[in-house]
Amino acid sequence: MEKIYYRSSHEYIKADGTTGYVGISEYAAKQLGVVTYVDMPEADDEFGAGEEFGAIESRKAASDLFAPVDCTVLEVNEDLESNPKLINENPLEAWIMKVEISDPSQLDDLMDQEAYDAFCASEQH
Amino acid sequence: MNKALYSNLVFDLSRKGCTGYSLPHYDYGKAAGELPENLRRQTPPSLPEIDEPSAVRHYTNSSNNNFGVDTGFYPLGSCTMKYNPKINEAAVAMAGIAPLHPLQPVETVQGALRVYRTLEKALSEIGGMAEFTLNPFAGAHGEYTGLMVIRRYHMARGDEARRRVIVPDSAHGTNPASAAMAGFDIVEVKSMPDGTVDIADLDSKLDETIAAVMMTNPNTVGMFEKGIPEIAEMVHKAGALLYYDGANLNPMLGIARPGDMGFDVMHINLHKTFSTPHGGGGPGAGPVGVRAGLEEYLPNPRVSELPDGTLAIDFGADAFGRVGAWLGNFTVYIKAFAYILSLGSENLMRVGPLATLNANYIMHSLSDLYEQPIAGPCKHEFVFDGLRDKSTGVTTLHVAKALLDYGFHAPTIYFPLLFHESLMIEPTETESRPTLDAFIATMRKIALEASAEPDTVKNAPYTTPISHPDEDEAALNPVVTYRQLCAKQI
Amino acid sequence: MLGRCGATTLDDLYADVPDALRLKEPYRLPAPMSEPELERYFADIASQNRRLLCFAGAGFYNHYTPAAIPSLMARSEFLTAYTPYQPEISQGTLQYIFEYQSMMAELTGLDISNASMYDGATATAEAMLMAVNSVRKKRRILVASTVAPAVQQVLATYAAGPGITIEVIPEDGGVTDRTAFEAMLGAGDVAGVIVSQPNYYGIVEDYDGWADTCHSSKALLIMNCHASTLGALRSPGEWGADIACGEAQSLGMPLNYGGPYLGYLCCRENLIRKMPGRIVGATTDAEGRRSFVLTLQAREQHIRRQKATSNICSNQGIMTLHAAFYLALMGAEGLRKVNTLSYNAAHALADALCDTGMMRLKYPDKPFFNEFAIETIEPLSADALLAACLKKGILAGVRLSDSSILVAATEMNSPADIALCAETVKSLKS
Repeated sequence: MEKIYYRSSHEYIKADGTTGYVGISEYAAKQLGVVTYVDMPEADDEFGAGEEFGAIESRKAASDLFAPVDCTVLEVNEDLESNPKLINENPLEAWIMKVEISDPSQLDDLMDQEAYDAFCASEQH
Repeated sequence: MNKALYSNLVFDLSRKGCTGYSLPHYDYGKAAGELPENLRRQTPPSLPEIDEPSAVRHYTNSSNNNFGVDTGFYPLGSCTMKYNPKINEAAVAMAGIAPLHPLQPVETVQGALRVYRTLEKALSEIGGMAEFTLNPFAGAHGEYTGLMVIRRYHMARGDEARRRVIVPDSAHGTNPASAAMAGFDIVEVKSMPDGTVDIADLDSKLDETIAAVMMTNPNTVGMFEKGIPEIAEMVHKAGALLYYDGANLNPMLGIARPGDMGFDVMHINLHKTFSTPHGGGGPGAGPVGVRAGLEEYLPNPRVSELPDGTLAIDFGADAFGRVGAWLGNFTVYIKAFAYILSLGSENLMRVGPLATLNANYIMHSLSDLYEQPIAGPCKHEFVFDGLRDKSTGVTTLHVAKALLDYGFHAPTIYFPLLFHESLMIEPTETESRPTLDAFIATMRKIALEASAEPDTVKNAPYTTPISHPDEDEAALNPVVTYRQLCAKQI
Repeated sequence: MLGRCGATTLDDLYADVPDALRLKEPYRLPAPMSEPELERYFADIASQNRRLLCFAGAGFYNHYTPAAIPSLMARSEFLTAYTPYQPEISQGTLQYIFEYQSMMAELTGLDISNASMYDGATATAEAMLMAVNSVRKKRRILVASTVAPAVQQVLATYAAGPGITIEVIPEDGGVTDRTAFEAMLGAGDVAGVIVSQPNYYGIVEDYDGWADTCHSSKALLIMNCHASTLGALRSPGEWGADIACGEAQSLGMPLNYGGPYLGYLCCRENLIRKMPGRIVGATTDAEGRRSFVLTLQAREQHIRRQKATSNICSNQGIMTLHAAFYLALMGAEGLRKVNTLSYNAAHALADALCDTGMMRLKYPDKPFFNEFAIETIEPLSADALLAACLKKGILAGVRLSDSSILVAATEMNSPADIALCAETVKSLKS
């Protein structure tokens, strides 16, 4: 059963067992503005939780992307190469990388939807 | 002005068979053999074919779409857009350096070397340093050069552990970028609410892995770092060096010298503090000064003085390396030097106080309508955190664009990052009272309009050649050459 | 004004500066000079500089500056303008940069150009950093030994911080040793290979197949070229290179004792986001008008900070206007003529010097463009030759060794100039 988790740096992971889809949250996409470019990893790359796996750019800002959990990249979303704006249209559908989650228990360290929404509200200051 | 005819790109004005050049028809005697076929260009470059009058009209009309210091006031914080005296340009014409090849024998370029050496000494006097290299081509280049001097210094001490540089979170982006290019990792130190360095935070981060701490004084919100003597002591005690970003040197002229504050290495932006023209983005110069004991690490080539008073070029063995093919942007040195000679000691002493007066005058004249986050007198620049009345949704960006219709360049916006709606204003000392009053009146008008009829402000500018360009599209699908532009039919 | 600021004296505004730091005396600098006095001062400076008949190159070339250029560059709307961050009032600056980018892309035969670097040497260093940032996990750079020494030194400096390993490909008979290159590339971990065209000796090297060889090892080929010669020589794009960089001073920029010049940097389309420096892009505004803006700023230091493609902020600015205007006035035809004249002048000079019986080409079997390495035959030494020419107001070349010099010629050297140089050398026969 798929469940969504969030990192404090605004990446999400939609996890179902040991497979996950990683992207950026709606809140982050809104802050960023129109996404102009996504610097994506390659298949088979491995990242530790909190390790930088790429970057996302808009016209006026750029952010590094951090892996929510230990994982190995299975696939990257090629559609984002020609159309990065998909992230603005539907951030939760426009995932950046599909990964194999090494240790699903790490998901418990992340925030669920409710906790994340509260986190974002407090960040507004 | 004939914008319709000449404002297109020069390629659009191209007509087959037109030429704009004048070259001699020398006959050198027997024809030289040709280069082998595979070494020669196969397809000629697609360049314009245009006559001189048309090309001149094109660029002249194009210049009418441009704003410069000679057009009007630039209240740009951290840029020090002071007036560029024309005597500087005359000095370049007079100094006779145009035909000088860099590798000419030194005895034939003593005049040029004299300019270099004398300017270097003048900057040392103003900066409180032992010696300067003028070689770096720009401020950021100077930062890189200064950090490489520091890197070399630690290496010479046999200290390999110092791999990190501390940078304030309010620092200009070039600071961490330059440190990264010099191979350092970045550690950020927090700012207090008034923008000054959080000394307690700095103390907690200083250790034996720190090579340097980069700072500017006054800081990027125009506040003097009162903790400076203490900070210098802390940094030195931890075995690190203190670097001065000279972008904010202007208010210190006539007041204090970075060397006396305890800074070990500094750079100066000649195109800021010393009035050389910005040229639409360059050329500038970022001379780097060092305290005694660090001179041998300065980059090659160097200008030295022989016992008989003549000047020579040296390549020191202990230099950290080389940052350019020769001595840098030479005409820029002549301009800065002419400025220093023109002002002389007594007027250089007044630059800081007058720049600071102008900034405070504007701040006090607008702080009822714009939010002033930091109390107290500022130095050469100050920051507003947008309008006091934010209820109508008028942002700093709107205010900046609205100013353009009134013949003013916008202030610096959204920097430093300490405040969400940063509007940073630096008038410099070369603006007269009528100009300042006109600027104040305009800013007041915009603020009142923002409350009363916000849409007028939000949709500005109205009178500029273009308005609201689609910058998102420009970044999503970059079109950066004429070839691409034709393919896209823009 | 002080009243409005709540102060009585200017000193009040500096109350927070510790007394111990305050200057106690005025700067020890001269009293102010009036304009007439300044003009005398600089005239005196000029009298200590000597204009020579120039046959020196080594990366800086004495080409003609069309008369229209200085007057355009002096237009204060261009000269005193700030960086074009507010596009609405900077279309002039942005437009000429866009033209410059277009022309450099054409000249190099590549897709993209940025808005300039500082000089040819630092542009090459940034090309090196681009290669390392583009080719994942590789940190070796191969540099041909026939790349100018000054450029090699700058490369070594820039490699130190990021811990890049530079290895020099040896030369053989004035050109890069291809066998050595292939062996060094084969050892692996190479992100980029840097070569010069023409090389430091003025020789036009044959880089046929080099791009393919680099690409099969997943390395980038970087060519450092003098901009003017690109009008006649096979372009980096035609050689299959990925990045072209170098000095654009040869586009009629005055020698000015070292600067300001112009470093150019061009690349293939796929590398655009690794490109350092500013880039101008075309777009449309709210009313559909063609507009130019700084684009892809997220790569730059003011946004990306320590992760930026470079720390560069100010670049060579108005020198790009010079380059664009020069190339517009010249066109392909004018550039071809400059190159033909320069080529012929250099070959005539080489012949004339060899005909004196006192000199011989160092690499007689290698094709050179407008610069050549030439040896003095004993008992004549390089120093003696240079000194004798200097007495006649001639800068005969740049010293390479005790018995060789590097000599260049351009369209600024007339047949009479060449004859004078040869005569002067001949007169040393006693």
